[in-house]
Amino acid sequence: MSNSATPVLEARNITKLFPGVVANEDIHLTLQKGEILALLGENGAGKSTLMHIIFGLYRPTRGEIWVNGAPVVMKNPRTALQLGIGMVHQHFQLVPVMSVTDNVMLGDERVKGGFLDRDAVAARIRELSQKYGLEVDPDALIEDLPLGVRQRVEILKALYRNAQILILDEPTAVLTPQEAEGLFAVMETLRRQGESIIFITHKLKEVLRIADRIMVLRGGRVVGHADPQTTTQQQLAAMMVGREVLLTVDKGPADPGEPVLELDGLRVASDLGTPALRGVSLQVRAGEILGVAGVQGNGQTELVEAITGLRRVEGGRVVMNGTDMTNASPRRITHEGRSSHVPEDRHAYGMVDVYSIADNLVLNQYYRAPFASGITIQTEPIAEHARALVDTFDVRTPDIAMHAGGLSGGNQQKMVVAREFSRPIRLLIAAQPTRGIDVGSIEFIHQQIVAKRDEGVAVLLVSAELDEIMALSDRIAVIYKGEIIGIVNRADATREGLGLLMAGVRPGSHE
Amino acid sequence: MMQRTLRITSYVAILLVLLFVLMTLLVNLTPLGENRWLRIFFSVSALNFTLRASVPLILGALCGILCERTGIVNIGIEGMMLAGAFAAFVAKTSTNDWPLTASLIFGVLVALLVGGLMGLLHATFAIRYRMDQIISGTVLIILAGGISAYLFDRDAVAQGKFGAIAIPGLSQIPVLGEVLFTNPPLTYLALLLVVVIHVGLFSTRWGLRSRACGEHPRAADTVGINVNRLRYMNTVLGGMLAGLAGGFLVLEAVGQFQEGMTAGRGFIALAAMIFGNWMPFGAMSAALLFGYTQALQNELLLAGVTSVPRQFVSMIPYLVTIIAVCGFVGRVRPPAAEGQVYEQESGSE
Repeated sequence: MSNSATPVLEARNITKLFPGVVANEDIHLTLQKGEILALLGENGAGKSTLMHIIFGLYRPTRGEIWVNGAPVVMKNPRTALQLGIGMVHQHFQLVPVMSVTDNVMLGDERVKGGFLDRDAVAARIRELSQKYGLEVDPDALIEDLPLGVRQRVEILKALYRNAQILILDEPTAVLTPQEAEGLFAVMETLRRQGESIIFITHKLKEVLRIADRIMVLRGGRVVGHADPQTTTQQQLAAMMVGREVLLTVDKGPADPGEPVLELDGLRVASDLGTPALRGVSLQVRAGEILGVAGVQGNGQTELVEAITGLRRVEGGRVVMNGTDMTNASPRRITHEGRSSHVPEDRHAYGMVDVYSIADNLVLNQYYRAPFASGITIQTEPIAEHARALVDTFDVRTPDIAMHAGGLSGGNQQKMVVAREFSRPIRLLIAAQPTRGIDVGSIEFIHQQIVAKRDEGVAVLLVSAELDEIMALSDRIAVIYKGEIIGIVNRADATREGLGLLMAGVRPGSHE
Repeated sequence: MMQRTLRITSYVAILLVLLFVLMTLLVNLTPLGENRWLRIFFSVSALNFTLRASVPLILGALCGILCERTGIVNIGIEGMMLAGAFAAFVAKTSTNDWPLTASLIFGVLVALLVGGLMGLLHATFAIRYRMDQIISGTVLIILAGGISAYLFDRDAVAQGKFGAIAIPGLSQIPVLGEVLFTNPPLTYLALLLVVVIHVGLFSTRWGLRSRACGEHPRAADTVGINVNRLRYMNTVLGGMLAGLAGGFLVLEAVGQFQEGMTAGRGFIALAAMIFGNWMPFGAMSAALLFGYTQALQNELLLAGVTSVPRQFVSMIPYLVTIIAVCGFVGRVRPPAAEGQVYEQESGSE
C-alpha cells in the first residue's frame, strides 16, 4: 500500500443538497487498492448519502468521482457495477423466494441458447465461495437462510460482478458477535486478495478492530481522519459527536424488590402464524433492569407486543403487580398495570408524525383530567405539560406546536421517552430505546432509564445492541428462536458468552 | 413448508387428471357409457365444452400472471377482455368481404392491439399517475363496458368463425384425439402459451427480472434493472393476452358480439390465477376445473336432469369458484410487492 499509487476510488469536493438540507458538503475521499477505509459517523452524518452517490443511486450537486485515475459519471447503479463497485446494503437487497443463484445473477445473467445457465452461475458461486471463505449453498432459498449467510450472498453478488471496490453499509447491525468476527475474517481475506473496502459504521470497537484508516463525518462534513493504531474509542466518539461523551453509564448496584412483571410460559404466534414465543417465563423485579439480548427476529418484537397487549397471547400468563393481565387491553395494561412502553418503531407505534409535539406528549392520557374535561380537550393544560416535559427531557424544538415529524430522530425519541416517563409507573418496557439516534441522545436516555430504576421501577429492556444491554442491565436474558435460552447476572456476563447464547448454543452443551 | 404443500397439491392435481382420463376412456369405449350419470360427467361433449369454456379463463389468468408477477395488480382483466372482444367484432364485421382466414386473422391482430392498449392505459394509470391499481382496474372494466355498448351496431353481423383443425395422426387417438387434437387455432395457441409463459418466467432473463420486480423491486433496481419499464412491458403483454381471450369469444367460440358478453370471465380468470398460485400450469388447472363446472351445468341441462332445479345447476360454476378461492387464499402466496408503486432511486432514464 504505497501512497504514490493511483487511488482506486476518489471522491472530490462532493456536495449534495436536498431541499433544505446539506447532506454532504465538500467531501474528499480516497481509497487505495487493498485497504479497508472505515467511514464513521452518527445517523444523519451523511455517510449513506455519500455512498449512494458513489454507487450511482444519487447524483451529486457538485463534485466528481474518479475511478482508477479517470473521472466518471455515475448514471445509475449499473454504471457503478460496471466500474467494479459493489455495495452491500444495510437492508439486504435479496429476493426472499428466489434461490441464491438467482439472486446472485439477477441483472447480470448468464444465458445459454436463450435460457438461464444456472449451472454455470452456481459453479462460479462455489468457486468464489472457496476463494474468499464465503460458504453458501447456491440452491438454497434466501428466505431459509440466517441473516449472516444472506450477507455472504450479498458479498458474493458483488464479487460475481468482479467488484474491486466493496461498500459495506452497517454490515454488523444484524450479526451476532461471532458472525461479526466471521465477517471481519472475510474482510481480511478480501483485503489480502487486493479488494478495497469502504466500511460504514457507527460502532467504535469494530472500526478499531478492522480498519486501516478512519474517516469521521459529522453534519455532512469530514471532521477528521484517524489512524486506528494510535486512536482511542474516546477520541473517536468525541470527533463523531463534537464534544466529550460518556461511553459508560454511571450506575450503582441494583436493589431489587418485589416482582412487578411475571411471565409464565408465554406462547405467541408471529404475523405469519408460526410460533414466535415458545413458552417464555421471566420475572422483572422492582428496581432492576432486565435486558433481553438476541439477534433481531428471535421473538423480541412479539414479546414486547404480548406484554403490552398489542398481540394476542395464545398460552401462558402475563402478571403485573400480582394481577393477571393476559390479553388485557393496552389501556388497562397502561393504567391498572401502571406500565409504560417505549416501542421499538417510534413512527409506527410511538408517535403521530403529523400531530404537534404537545399533542404527542399526551397521547397516553389525553382523555383524563386535567387534559380533558367532559368531551373536550383542554389545550392550556396540554401546552403547559408539554412545555415542562420539553424542558426536562431536553427535546430541542423551537415550538411545542410544531409537528412532531419535523424533529430529528434523537429529539423524537426523547419526546416519546418524555411522555412514557412522565406518569408515575411501576413497570417500564423499553424496546430498542436508542435505535437510530445520536450518541448525545443515547447518553441522555440511558441516564433516564437508570434513574427510573433507582426510583424503584422494574425495567424490561429489549435491545439489539449488545453494548447497550451490557451497559444498562442488572440481569441479562438471551432470547433465541422464541425461547429464553439463558439468564445471567450482569457481573457474570461476557460478550463471548452472550454471543454463544445468541447463536443458540446452550450452556453445558458441547459443540 | 410452502414448497411441500405446493408439491403435494401438484401431485394431487396430476393424479386427478389421470383418473379423469381413465374414466373418460372407459365411459366412451366400454359399455360403462350406458350409465346416464357417467355419460353426463365424462362424455366427449362434456370435455370438449370444458376446453372451450376454459380457453378465455386460461388466457385471462395468464394476463393476470404477467401483470402481477411484475408487481401490477390487475383486476381489470374483464375490461381488457371485453375491449378485445368488441375490437375483434368490429374488425371482423368491417372485413366481411375479405377471404375468411385473412379477415379472422385481422380480427385477432386488432384484438391483440386493443388489449395491449388497455394494458398500456392500466400501466400508465398505475405507474405514471400512481393511481390505486384496484381503482384503475375498475376504471378499465367500466370503460370497456360503456364504450362497447355505446358503439355496438346491433345490425352488424360477423360472417364465419375459426373452425377446428385436426392435427394429423394425433387426432386419430380415440377420445383424446377428439378432445385435444381437433380444435380451432386459438385453443391450441392458448395451451401453447401456458408452456411458453411458464418457461419464460422461470428459465429466461426476462422472467427472472420480471419476478424480481414483483417480489422486491428495490433489489432489482440496485442491480441496474429498470423496474418501471419492465412493468409497462409486461402489463401491455398481459393486456394483449386478455384481448386475445376476447378475440377467442367472438372469432372462435360464439361468432358474434353481445353486450357484456364476457359475463364475469375476467373475474373467474382472476380467481383461477389466485387458485393456481400465480403459476401458469396452476392457473390452467384451475381454469379447466372452472370450465368443467360450466360444462357440467350444460350437460345436466341437456340431459334433462330435473331432480335439481335448473337455477341451482346454473350456480355450480360460481359456487365452485367461491369455494376454491376461499379454501385456498391464505395458502397461496402472491408476489410480495404487488400493487406497490416503485419510486426508482436512480430515476428512469
